[in-house]
Amino acid sequence: MKPISSRSGISVKKKRGFYKNELYGILFALPAILGLLIFTLGPMLYSLYMSFTDYSGSNSPDFIGLGNYKRMFSGEDQYFYKSLGVTLYFVALSVPTGIIYSFLLAILLNRDIKGKAIFRTVFYLPSIVPIIAISFIWLWLLNPDLGLANELLRSLGLPGSQWIFGEKSVVPSLALMNLWTTGGTMIIFLAGLQDIPRSLYEALEIDGGSKLDKLWNITIPMMTPTIFFNLIMGIINGFQVFSQAYVMTSGGPNNASLFYVFYLYREAFQFSRMGSASAIAWVLFVIIMLLTFVVFKSSKKWVYYEGDGAR
Amino acid sequence: MKTRARVENGLVYLVLAAGGLFSLLPLIWLVRSSLMDMGQIFELPPIWIPDPFRFGNFKEALTILPFGRYFINTSIIVVFTMLGVIITCSISAYSFARMSWRGRDLVFGLLLSSMMLPYAVTLIPTFIGWSKLGLTNSFIPLIAPAWFGGGAFNIFLLRQFYLSIPRDLDEAAYVDGASHWRIFISIIIPLTRPALVVVGLFSFLASWNDFLGPLVYLNSESKYTLALGLQQFKGMYAAEWHLMMAAATVVLAPAIIVFFIGQRYFIEGITLTGIKA
Repeated sequence: MKPISSRSGISVKKKRGFYKNELYGILFALPAILGLLIFTLGPMLYSLYMSFTDYSGSNSPDFIGLGNYKRMFSGEDQYFYKSLGVTLYFVALSVPTGIIYSFLLAILLNRDIKGKAIFRTVFYLPSIVPIIAISFIWLWLLNPDLGLANELLRSLGLPGSQWIFGEKSVVPSLALMNLWTTGGTMIIFLAGLQDIPRSLYEALEIDGGSKLDKLWNITIPMMTPTIFFNLIMGIINGFQVFSQAYVMTSGGPNNASLFYVFYLYREAFQFSRMGSASAIAWVLFVIIMLLTFVVFKSSKKWVYYEGDGAR
Repeated sequence: MKTRARVENGLVYLVLAAGGLFSLLPLIWLVRSSLMDMGQIFELPPIWIPDPFRFGNFKEALTILPFGRYFINTSIIVVFTMLGVIITCSISAYSFARMSWRGRDLVFGLLLSSMMLPYAVTLIPTFIGWSKLGLTNSFIPLIAPAWFGGGAFNIFLLRQFYLSIPRDLDEAAYVDGASHWRIFISIIIPLTRPALVVVGLFSFLASWNDFLGPLVYLNSESKYTLALGLQQFKGMYAAEWHLMMAAATVVLAPAIIVFFIGQRYFIEGITLTGIKA
């Protein structure tokens, strides 16, 4: 503590005034508060209301109760289950592969190796490429007749693939493309790895533990909070894939890459069914919340938090 | 034992090199293809180094469509978005980090949870709102949100930085009669300039790379951004890969340049994202 000055009585009172400042506090936070109201909460409520209406954007909304939801879940609109299936398949492929790949790279980079910074930059570089350019690059790489991917496979004596032009291969192709942009995840893992106290490893060394023991008994348990974070973010982002499908496949072939948000975009901006699109959006929101909730619940079983609480 | 360590080290480098190749090869292929002519690009087995280097591709690709116009449009959106984010985000973050008011934690909690909200939920009502105001097909819907706090993620990021500054500094200034505004401008801002750079860079990239926003809001060609121009280009010249790759290279280049200039800040910023995990 600093020595108490002669005006400490005033200063304590003033300090309290410093932190308790209703008017200025709200005034400073006003942009964020207004933003929350205008661009998040307001639209959410409006969207919820619209989801119970038949609304083209120009007519006056026609209240139809659960009509939009019924149309989706009854299968009357065949694209709902289709797009949900496609998206779940993409998430199931891209999230685990993305996490395992970037975790592996992070573990290797966390060793005492030469050129660490260069590798880190190289792995992160694809993450800053605009999605439109990513789409162009991969359209060209995955071109079945002239692309580099099939050419490389052929030179190895392997059969080529139809990639994004095949009904079966389009989602795995986009998951592969997603793997290319997981550099951000890798850097988050790397930061987590650097935070693991060395003393833990030293203790295990004294007990004669092997490298595999270190990985299995220290690294992975200590990293579970970071894995958990990346898992949640991966699921949320995976469900919202849109641009690459729009640019590269237009949802095809035969709707095999009709991702959920693409389906929503089509309803809203091509068929002008704003009510239906709002219902689709809310179902997405509920699905994401449910999945996040399940992951949160399960996290008690597998995420390790240090005794003094979460960081 | 020594050979084992050496083998292990070799394996590590091998895997890292394979990963590095996977990261770089598509970019190398992009640039390589952008410098070839139609005949060379289709040759099999593929040629790796263009002969000759056809820099003319860039000129050709850029003159087919009014990319100059698109570049200006994109720059206007990016600059005003960045300004909005930097100014309003830092002010808001200061309030969440340093001031106490009723409802603060509630608002901050709502902000954080809004990060989990799919953009698809707010996209449609926001679009309808802008179209009722007659402001679709203008840059305003793409810029305005940045002026309202600059996004929950950025506020969170800056607040983390602000919290790391010892309170003694601003307490002392306050006792000496400085206002909150004064403290914010002359103590907090100068001390957290790197953090502002991080936020500025992130918002630059987000705005420069945005595809869905312009796609939804801009419909006349004279308002198009580079991303939309590129999409249009694809529709017209789908078979002319050398021109498509040249155009993509041009759109990618500014992002790469900004990344290399601010690399240090990027890594720092992403690292901080993970800390809340």
